[in-house]
Amino acid sequence: MIKEALIPKIGVVTDIRRDTPDVKTFRVVGTDGKKLFEHLPGQCAMVSVPGVGESMFSITSSPTNEEYMEFSIKKCGCVTEVIHSIDVGQQITVRGPYGRNFPVEEDFKGKDLLFIAGGIGLAPLRSVINYVRHYRNNYGKVVVVYGARSADDLVDIEEIRNEWMNEKNFEVYLTIDRPQEGWNGHVGFVPAYVKEIGLDPHMTAILCGPPIMIKFTLQGLLELGFTKTNVYTTLELRMKCGVGKCGRCNVGSKYVCKDGPVFRMDEIDELPDEY
Amino acid sequence: MLKFKIDKLNELFDTISAETPLAMPLEKAGEADYGRYEKGAKPALGVLKTVKSPKDLFFPQSETLMKFKTEGKNLAVEAPDENVTPFVLFGVKACDYKAFEVLDRVFLADPVDTYYQSKRNAATIVTLACSKPEESCFCKVFGIDAAAPLGDVTTWMDETYLYWQANTNKGESLTEKVRALAEEGGEDAVAKQQKATREIIDKLPFSHLDLSYFKENGTKEIFDRPEWKELSEACLACGTCTFVCPTCQCFDIREFRSAKNEVIRYRCWDSCMYSDFTQMAGGNNRTTQMQRYRQRFMHKLVYYPENNGGLFSCVGCGRCVNKCPQKLNIVKVAKALGGKKHD
Repeated sequence: MIKEALIPKIGVVTDIRRDTPDVKTFRVVGTDGKKLFEHLPGQCAMVSVPGVGESMFSITSSPTNEEYMEFSIKKCGCVTEVIHSIDVGQQITVRGPYGRNFPVEEDFKGKDLLFIAGGIGLAPLRSVINYVRHYRNNYGKVVVVYGARSADDLVDIEEIRNEWMNEKNFEVYLTIDRPQEGWNGHVGFVPAYVKEIGLDPHMTAILCGPPIMIKFTLQGLLELGFTKTNVYTTLELRMKCGVGKCGRCNVGSKYVCKDGPVFRMDEIDELPDEY
Repeated sequence: MLKFKIDKLNELFDTISAETPLAMPLEKAGEADYGRYEKGAKPALGVLKTVKSPKDLFFPQSETLMKFKTEGKNLAVEAPDENVTPFVLFGVKACDYKAFEVLDRVFLADPVDTYYQSKRNAATIVTLACSKPEESCFCKVFGIDAAAPLGDVTTWMDETYLYWQANTNKGESLTEKVRALAEEGGEDAVAKQQKATREIIDKLPFSHLDLSYFKENGTKEIFDRPEWKELSEACLACGTCTFVCPTCQCFDIREFRSAKNEVIRYRCWDSCMYSDFTQMAGGNNRTTQMQRYRQRFMHKLVYYPENNGGLFSCVGCGRCVNKCPQKLNIVKVAKALGGKKHD
């Protein structure tokens, strides 16, 4: 029922973490202190502070987190600007979960997984990566390649350094676009770095980041021998309803809000070039 | 079959509207549009095409979705009352009636849109057969018979009578309320009018438009046709076509602070013809009018049918043909892309 679909739940912001100069991560629970609703990795939710409007965000926390949800939100427009201005204790509206999740229980199971993210693109992948870490034995080797403009723009860097880097059979490669004082790691763009690392093309790749990064990274992966049926990404278009009725997030006959946001590369190839 | 003398029609409408709200085409400022009938109103049943379709009886141009009460950092949501008073929608033409089916497949698909559903269920729909279809009509292309519309009740009108045929239980119960004003009979007159109407329709210029191209070719092939550029060049992005269209269903959700402690969130019709329709903080996937124009027709002729068992999201009402200030319309698109069949 759309009254349940369009009418949001009230959430309370219990923690705000500043990740980067323009990204904050908001921890949200219901007014009863419990998690608002269950979701699957890659699904999204409509978040708003009433008065300005709603926007769709990926749920960055893993479904295996039983206590709360987290949203990593980059300040880049009217709605996100207001969200960035709130304090802990603020009540917000949340509705969802929306969309098709990453096939963690189907296609990903038993596979070696390669996650490639750029900037805020880590947010949707974090839910999958932490899901995979939770059910570690169900998955093979994990490689994460993550790049951002600068060292200050790497989202969730503490979790990456303190937790991900200590996992077994789990490799993390970080890169930043330009040299920076105090940064001893790799410098360069994600697509080029991906080609340098020496990746096994039999891995299942999951990409998320700016369109330009996806385009060149995909090209690189195909050159390395990856097949499109083993590469997943997410699309992002303007949304209002989240349930395939308001008519604006379509690419061809697919609505990103309900048929996506997760698509396999060969599925994207079938769509008209308008995303 | 029942029939009502034409000079008894106001009595008929007064009788219906005394019990339930009645919406029908009314004359307003020299134009005909659906509105609520009240005693003394001027029915416009002789008008072939109302300016707007009756879709806003179920999907209003603007409607409140919910209100928020804000108090410091706290919030409360108030959902509007779902109960809609039963009403009669009178005078719906066959094309506009078919358009409800097109809208139903969007709004009643899972998850059901209860705002739409509650109004849809509250309506008893009385259709009115066309007797004077004109050049811009092409409902026949979509398998619609303008001389025999569906609905809870079907009516036909000539110079002397309104003929009345109940089709459903809802229609029967409405009939009981007005039976005292009616006489029996009319089958012959209706059959005669239907024959004449169908003969006119068969001769209309767009009645034999061939849409098979859109069924027989792949989405990308149609999407990539170079003709879109030329077809869209005159488009002013005024959005008139989308607002008069009985099947256009795109909406926006917006909100405003109505009082210090209150926010109203509402939805309103929107148009894929507008540049901000797909505008995000991070970019826009349709930056040219060609892309927006193509989206509208691809949706009606390709995307919607792909998702709905081949049903086109056009009913041939011809409003866009009449109303587009630049004389652009779906017929031109179908002819330009449909190949040599139309030469």
